[in-house]
Amino acid sequence: MSSTLMQIQNLTKRFGGLAAVNDVSFDVNDGEILSIIGPNGAGKSTLFKLISSFLHASSGKVIYLGEEITSMSPHKVARLGVIRTFQETTIFREMTALENVVVAHHLQSTATLTGFFFGTPAARGDEARFRESAAEILDYLGLGGVKDMKASNLPHGYLRALGIAIGMAARPRLLLLDEPFAGMNSDETRHAIEMVRGIRERGVTVLLVEHDMPAVMNISDRIVVLNFGKKIAEGTPAEIQSNEAVIEAYLGREDEEVGI
Amino acid sequence: MSKSKKLALLAVLLFVYLVVLPLGLRDKPYFLGVITTASVLSVISAGVWLIFYIGRINMGQGAFALVGGYTAAILISKCGWPFWFALIGAGVATVVLSILIGLPLLRLKGVYFSMITLSLTETARLAAQSFPSITNGAKGVLNLPLPGAIKIGGFTLVPDFATVDKHLAFYYLGAVMLIVGFAVLYRIVNSRLGWLFRSLQQNEDLASSFGVNVPRLRVIAFAICAAFAGIGGAFFIATQQCVYPATFTVQDSTNYLLYCFLGGLGSVWGAIAGSFVLFISFEMLQGLREYQPLIYSLIMIGVMLWLPNGLLSLKMPWSRKENTSLPAEEEDA
Ligand SMILES: Nc1ncnc2c1ncn2[C@@H]1O[C@H](COP(=O)(O)OP(=O)(O)OP(=O)(O)O)[C@@H](O)[C@H]1O
Ligand SMILES: [Mg+2]
Repeated sequence: MSSTLMQIQNLTKRFGGLAAVNDVSFDVNDGEILSIIGPNGAGKSTLFKLISSFLHASSGKVIYLGEEITSMSPHKVARLGVIRTFQETTIFREMTALENVVVAHHLQSTATLTGFFFGTPAARGDEARFRESAAEILDYLGLGGVKDMKASNLPHGYLRALGIAIGMAARPRLLLLDEPFAGMNSDETRHAIEMVRGIRERGVTVLLVEHDMPAVMNISDRIVVLNFGKKIAEGTPAEIQSNEAVIEAYLGREDEEVGI
Repeated sequence: MSKSKKLALLAVLLFVYLVVLPLGLRDKPYFLGVITTASVLSVISAGVWLIFYIGRINMGQGAFALVGGYTAAILISKCGWPFWFALIGAGVATVVLSILIGLPLLRLKGVYFSMITLSLTETARLAAQSFPSITNGAKGVLNLPLPGAIKIGGFTLVPDFATVDKHLAFYYLGAVMLIVGFAVLYRIVNSRLGWLFRSLQQNEDLASSFGVNVPRLRVIAFAICAAFAGIGGAFFIATQQCVYPATFTVQDSTNYLLYCFLGGLGSVWGAIAGSFVLFISFEMLQGLREYQPLIYSLIMIGVMLWLPNGLLSLKMPWSRKENTSLPAEEEDA
């Protein structure tokens, strides 16, 4: 078994009286695809926001590569290689797809802001590298053909992939994908699953929140299940599929469409 | 427009601005003064424009202009500094102030940021009144000397303003500030800094998700904005040779917004276009002076309804679709 990349320890987030995430602990292993599942409102997105420091925990810790990152500011956590994507399609609407990904290379800058202002050789070198790398990422994610389209004009199916491309541009060590397959048909999902596998092949550990159960069972090395903010199960896809508590949690909610 | 056409247009405009107008109006100090003021208003408005660019509406630019004006006036009258050092001092003072108040203020968004910056202008006016030992209170600081000469070695770089036609001298000083100010702004917008600023405008959370230090970047923009106001304010009080608590008021703060709106928020040139068109046309229509607030408000509403992208988005025979300065696109046909 590979080494531990991140430890989540007794993480809790309260919104007023509601504990959206309640005393959750688990480890993330280096190089795995770990999915977080659970019914709507279970606290999955909140957990992601806690890990990426977009929200601050009420109690508990997030330890990444031996360092506590719980109360750092989000851009510092990103600098350490923990990159989140957003559940809602979040992109720079007024930029082209390529420009979205070029900006997202921010952390790879060798030039300073002043350097960029004066257009030093380092700054020009950065710009050229970012464009090249952005084009490569877009090609890889199947967006090569639309890279010069304004993001707000992109067909919906491409927006999720663009969100992932922005995340990839930051060279994550740990990538948090919040419902990347939402709104995709089965062909698109199959393609996207291959994409996420490919991302892992590049040495990126992937944390995935997803409601598409067949996709989750297909792609995940391990799964953590949340319900009402609490962790109710953790294990391999096979273990989760036969777990009583999990079946109970999903069957207990009539509105759920999941096929376990 | 192709790049060469753009350059040609810029060259023509610069020739008119730097040669034709000042020579043609040499014997009409009033008109020279109007254009000089339009130049400095453009610079001050350019700061407001930059804050629009990161997605905030700054209604407090008059406060920074007033702080700049008073700093310069006090450095000149009380500390005996030459105007030129006082000009720099004014810029430094407003930058320091903007960093101190920017960190907390810029956490606010939308109407909250606008409201609190709006109150800044009033706060600055009250402060100017309340510390008479430093600011001379309501009487203001009067009889400021004209800017002196700048000499390097034996060579006179800038003559003493008292020994030459001061209207022409201020005209050119205003022109230099406008050109330098907009060169800086143009460079910002067309470099990676511009991309980062646009990313803040469109989604701050997304920007911080890939490692952008959003609070720091916002403060940088605010400091540049304040420097434009501080230096513009110091220049303005030098042309007036005095400063009062009411030299820059809330009305001024909102006028800068209007200039940006009218000129257009999408392009660096918007602030210049808006300031020149609106300020100069008003000066020409003296009789309308007392209706100015009413007319400005109507223009503001009209612009928002019918010209949301400002004057510069008007279809000129030679223009193509206005674009927010994408370096890659500017090189095409
Ligand atoms: N900022 C907030 N303030 C108050 N309550 C919140 C906030 N964010 C989330 N919540 C609540 O916390 C709970 C968990 O929300 P969260 O978005 O984490 O769920 P989720 O598991 O991602 O659900 P979904 O599958 O629908 O995306 C919900 O009850 C939600 O209403
Ligand atoms: Mg969610």
